[in-house]
Amino acid sequence: MEVILDKKRSKQRMIFYGFALLFLVVMPFVLSEFRLDLLTKFLAYALVAIGVDLIWGYTGILSLGQGVFFGLGAYCFAMYLKLESTGGKLPDFMEWSGVTSLPWWWKMFGYAPIAIILAILIPVLLAWFLGAVTFRNRIKGAYFSILTQALVIIVYTLFIGQQGYTGGTNGITNFFTVFGFSLMDPDVKLVIYFITVAFVVLAYVLCRRLVNSRFGNVLQAVRDGENRLRFFGYNPATYQTFVFCVSAALSAIGGMLFVLNVGIISPSMMYIVPSIEMVLWVAIGGRGTLIGAIVGAVLINSAKSLFSEAYPDQWSYFLGLLFVVVVVFLPQGLYGWLKQRSASWKWMNRSVKKEVALDESVIGAPSGASDR
Amino acid sequence: MNQLLVLQAEQVTVDFDGFVAVNQMSLSLEEGELRFLIGPNGAGKTTMLDMMCGKTKPTGGKIIYRDLVGVEHDVTRMKEHAIAELGIGRKFQAPSIFGSLTVYENMELAMRQSHSIWTQLRAKRTIEEQTKIMSKLDLVGLAGQANVRAGGLSHGQKQWLEIGMILIEEPRLLLFDEPVAGMTDAETEKTGHLLKEIAKTASVVVVEHDMDFVRAFANKVTVMHEGKFLFEGTMDEVSKDARVREVYLGKGKERDAVGSGK
Repeated sequence: MEVILDKKRSKQRMIFYGFALLFLVVMPFVLSEFRLDLLTKFLAYALVAIGVDLIWGYTGILSLGQGVFFGLGAYCFAMYLKLESTGGKLPDFMEWSGVTSLPWWWKMFGYAPIAIILAILIPVLLAWFLGAVTFRNRIKGAYFSILTQALVIIVYTLFIGQQGYTGGTNGITNFFTVFGFSLMDPDVKLVIYFITVAFVVLAYVLCRRLVNSRFGNVLQAVRDGENRLRFFGYNPATYQTFVFCVSAALSAIGGMLFVLNVGIISPSMMYIVPSIEMVLWVAIGGRGTLIGAIVGAVLINSAKSLFSEAYPDQWSYFLGLLFVVVVVFLPQGLYGWLKQRSASWKWMNRSVKKEVALDESVIGAPSGASDR
Repeated sequence: MNQLLVLQAEQVTVDFDGFVAVNQMSLSLEEGELRFLIGPNGAGKTTMLDMMCGKTKPTGGKIIYRDLVGVEHDVTRMKEHAIAELGIGRKFQAPSIFGSLTVYENMELAMRQSHSIWTQLRAKRTIEEQTKIMSKLDLVGLAGQANVRAGGLSHGQKQWLEIGMILIEEPRLLLFDEPVAGMTDAETEKTGHLLKEIAKTASVVVVEHDMDFVRAFANKVTVMHEGKFLFEGTMDEVSKDARVREVYLGKGKERDAVGSGK
């Protein structure tokens, strides 16, 4: 029975994957260049959402600072892109701020492999440090969330203040090529789209393996009863720190793909509102399910751009309303709600079938009975 | 420390900001012993268990645990997870299991194994493990519910699941806090026999209020009162002791409360 159900479920899952992949492959031929650009951006966000889901949905730790990891990843890669476009010379914003020579640590980012490694390593180390300090001291719940918000404010203030090195409020922009390819070229954009898709698929596959392993069960046990888990010999702090680092890495990769696609990163893109929005995607899409997180990120941002085109001023009210509706009526998010509905539909179908069978037995053997 | 002992608490004191919950308490446990810890409410029994598993740190004294190879550890200086890895298992009074995992997955987590991230990432289900888990689930009567979400179990079933989880943890020293609270007579009986069974391969400490239960299953009983050691002996000796009677009876009223059960 169990096996049959599992097989049925995995078949449904395969069909779903097929459609999802088909959708992602077909989109470039359906959407305009502008819309495809947006989809690329939303898929970069989906990576961030997967990270949020791991730390919040599965492990139960609400981080309101994912924007920082996203931003750091984006900045590191933007530094490389900037230096590529200036040919290693002093970037424009430094000149404007009176910086006369390129600092040594900026020069490091002129080498793509180093920039990419640092784009992931710096956010991960920051997450590791913050996690090691807080989780080991059993700081959790609202206190941890507030701490992550403080981190957002600190990093934001730092980036605004160090205008000569970070571009200040404007951030880093005005770069047009990556590895010699023009970022404006539609073909290059298409490649970036597919690279982003590949990263989302890869992240999904790896994270799915992660959450379905025994390790994933430990994460959920941390969420359900961190204190109980200790008495079975697990140290929750190491698990929490590890997942926090993974989520930071995913955010950072999302940030790199974002900057490649959008062509700018500024402090406001990693500030409080974006950081909270990242959590909203997962809350609305469905926490504790990876697909929910991905769908949430793409759907909410699509809705955002469609709505803000039509009613530029009302978008934030709509998002707020959506959040309230989801939290009150669909605590499992859209995906969780759909799953529930489909379960109850199946249940309805089954009972309908039963009724039919009963009717037949009441009426008497159907005409075909003797053939069996 | 005596070679026969598995645990020795020496002059342990807990001071919760002026309230002394446990005062200069000493306790020795032999290997394979089933010990009951009794006493009126507020005697400090649960606090004693809490200190043995690291949940509460004493403000004075130490608790020495001797592991399989004879190395002695002062558990009052260790973290909870490290103590658990030494082989000290704890059953809490309220059933605490992991609600979003299935019964089987709960058992899998509790099973004795390495608790590092790396092993957990690579862990695969083996037939061996499955047999072990299913046999323990059979023992606690939950084999039929292996794939049910543990959060949906009844109170009693959660209680049994947690007992199953502690069994599969294979600890050398088990700490039970009122294991039969809220159980039916039949379940109480079953739990008692299970405790005796466990005591064949491990040492067990049980904090209990149900005197009938204690009388039926205890060999040696330690009585605590107001955080202090009061008396130690067989249940017969305990019932006859004048000090114990006084503590339980509230100065001679309601005679025979200890003698005739709850």
